[in-house]
Amino acid sequence: MRRVSAPRASLPTADLARIVVFAAFIAVLGIFPGFYVGGSGVPIVLQNMGPLLAGAILGARRGTASVVLLLALTAIGLPLLSGGRGGLAPFAGPSGGFLLGWILSALVAGLIVQRAERPGLPTLLLATTAGLLVDYAIGIPFLGAYTGDLGAAAVQSLVFVPGDAGKVVAAAVVAALVHRALPGTATGPAVRSE
Amino acid sequence: MIEFEGVGHHYGDRTVLSDVDLTLAERRVAFVGANGSGKSTLARMVNGLVLPAEGRVRVLGLDPAKQGNAVRRRVGFVFTNPDSQIVMPTAGEDVAFSLRRSGLSTRERARRAEEVLAEYGLGGYAEHPAHQLSGGQKQLLALCAMLVLKPDVLVCDEPTTLLDLRNKRRFVELLGRLDQQVLLVTHDLDLLGGFDRVVVLDEGRVVADDEPEPALAYYRKLAG
Amino acid sequence: MNPLGLYQPGTSVLHRLPAGWKFLGLLALATAVFVLRTPAPLGALCVAVALGYVLARIPARRCGQLARALLVLVVFVFLLQWWLLGLTGAVVMCLRLVAALAAANLFTLTTRVSDVVSAVERGLRPLRRVGVRPERVGLLVGLTVQAVAVLSGIAGEVREAAKARGASRSVTAFAVPLLVRTLRHADELGEALAARGE
Ligand SMILES: Nc1ncnc2c1ncn2[C@@H]1O[C@H](COP(=O)(O)OP(=O)(O)OP(=O)(O)O)[C@@H](O)[C@H]1O
Ligand SMILES: [Mg+2]
Repeated sequence: MRRVSAPRASLPTADLARIVVFAAFIAVLGIFPGFYVGGSGVPIVLQNMGPLLAGAILGARRGTASVVLLLALTAIGLPLLSGGRGGLAPFAGPSGGFLLGWILSALVAGLIVQRAERPGLPTLLLATTAGLLVDYAIGIPFLGAYTGDLGAAAVQSLVFVPGDAGKVVAAAVVAALVHRALPGTATGPAVRSE
Repeated sequence: MIEFEGVGHHYGDRTVLSDVDLTLAERRVAFVGANGSGKSTLARMVNGLVLPAEGRVRVLGLDPAKQGNAVRRRVGFVFTNPDSQIVMPTAGEDVAFSLRRSGLSTRERARRAEEVLAEYGLGGYAEHPAHQLSGGQKQLLALCAMLVLKPDVLVCDEPTTLLDLRNKRRFVELLGRLDQQVLLVTHDLDLLGGFDRVVVLDEGRVVADDEPEPALAYYRKLAG
Repeated sequence: MNPLGLYQPGTSVLHRLPAGWKFLGLLALATAVFVLRTPAPLGALCVAVALGYVLARIPARRCGQLARALLVLVVFVFLLQWWLLGLTGAVVMCLRLVAALAAANLFTLTTRVSDVVSAVERGLRPLRRVGVRPERVGLLVGLTVQAVAVLSGIAGEVREAAKARGASRSVTAFAVPLLVRTLRHADELGEALAARGE
């Protein structure tokens, strides 16, 4: 007997729910006051891993949509950014470009992950690294325009490179584990889980 | 009236339902069976959340595959975990959310929401943040959000699993008082006293279908 | 998270001004900030924005919080710019920063999220023809606020569980279970929304 694979009612609301819940996930990463990773005394805010994870886990379309939703709701005044920030001010500040860059981070990371049938760690590392680089590509010129000096902006941003490099690796590892726990998440329809 | 005709379903290679033929007209019907026996899958079919791979399902004369929205307007569904069912920030807003397509004004929707909340023991909670309610209150809220639409059928998939004994009893007693047809999936066998019919599933098949006492006796023997 | 957002309730003119007009005003101010290149008019703008805070009767505590956050930023930017561009350049830069950020923040403090939502819904109405559904904006706000509440609860549980297993410093021990439960919650929410006729 030939088995037709189950025609699961792929619910139109499944995408909406994932987009909304992932936007909330990125917000929650910011609510948690920060992690003391390794022996460092400085808390590390995880929120900017969010867009990388959104792309790497949900795929380009839904990942980007969730980041856009998060930023839009932040802009209208919900305190969804780390430290309870929200409103228009974070976008108007010098690091506003890094926020807008999150959209491209999710998009690029998602596009790379989708190319792989079963995304493994190398693909995911490539995806999260590329995602971070496009964020810099938006954020640094924005900062440069703000301060009137692109070179200085680039130098200034070097401070964040070590921390961000760590987060890129962590995001890739986390995404790999999640893909193993719930296969088909990036591409397939939502799977019901008990 | 809910009819299953030769219904089968599988996920990948795994058959989760086969040859289910049922005509459910009783007011209180319960589904029991081991974990993974297919109860949730069957219950979801009544609401068109899962479409059968084989056979057909008719709900109040409608086909969930083709008339999903019409079916869902007349069938309410209460899930196990109210946290995933409550979609809006406050209790009142969540109940009012159900009425968003009703054409009523915002104020009228809020008024109805408050009315229903009061009727089921959540009076005064309309402005309360939904996530700060207790587990039992959340499940009541999920029920209110369904009942405000006055559905003809109410499907509940283990609505009492996360509740304590007192809230379990209260919830089921409440179900007993409703006018609508109720389909209840549950592992709490002692709650089924007042039911008209109990269907026992095992590995995707109906293995017993009777009044509560004989059906539950069979199920207990099956479980060993 | 406070579901009212960062709004600071009040009855001043700034509070009562329609959100759309206020937003246009903010845009005009932002343009001025970037066009002006000398300290004096920029300083005047800063004073005007500060007067806005007085007019809106923003409590001293909120103003203090903002001032502290701005001060840290301004000192950092000022020193850097002084070194790179000289004193005037640094002053201009910092005044711009203060005017733009304080004004944007004032908008947020005096405008209810629900008013912004209605303004956005009204603004999007012409796009209905191309398939945009403006009434979804309010739904998205409500859904997201509720999802943040649910996920914060889950995040707290996950963090405790990680601690119980002696892994409180591991990002993976926190993020992986949180994500798995996040996605599960999303699936259930998707079903619930479908069941509720969305
Ligand atoms: N989305 C899915 N993808 C793959 N398999 C699934 C899916 N949903 C359910 N299953 C499988 O289908 C079978 C029946 O599941 P169902 O949820 O209907 O059982 P159940 O009787 O409700 O069990 P429980 O008492 O544990 O809730 C199980 O073996 C389950 O693993
Ligand atoms: Mg089940």
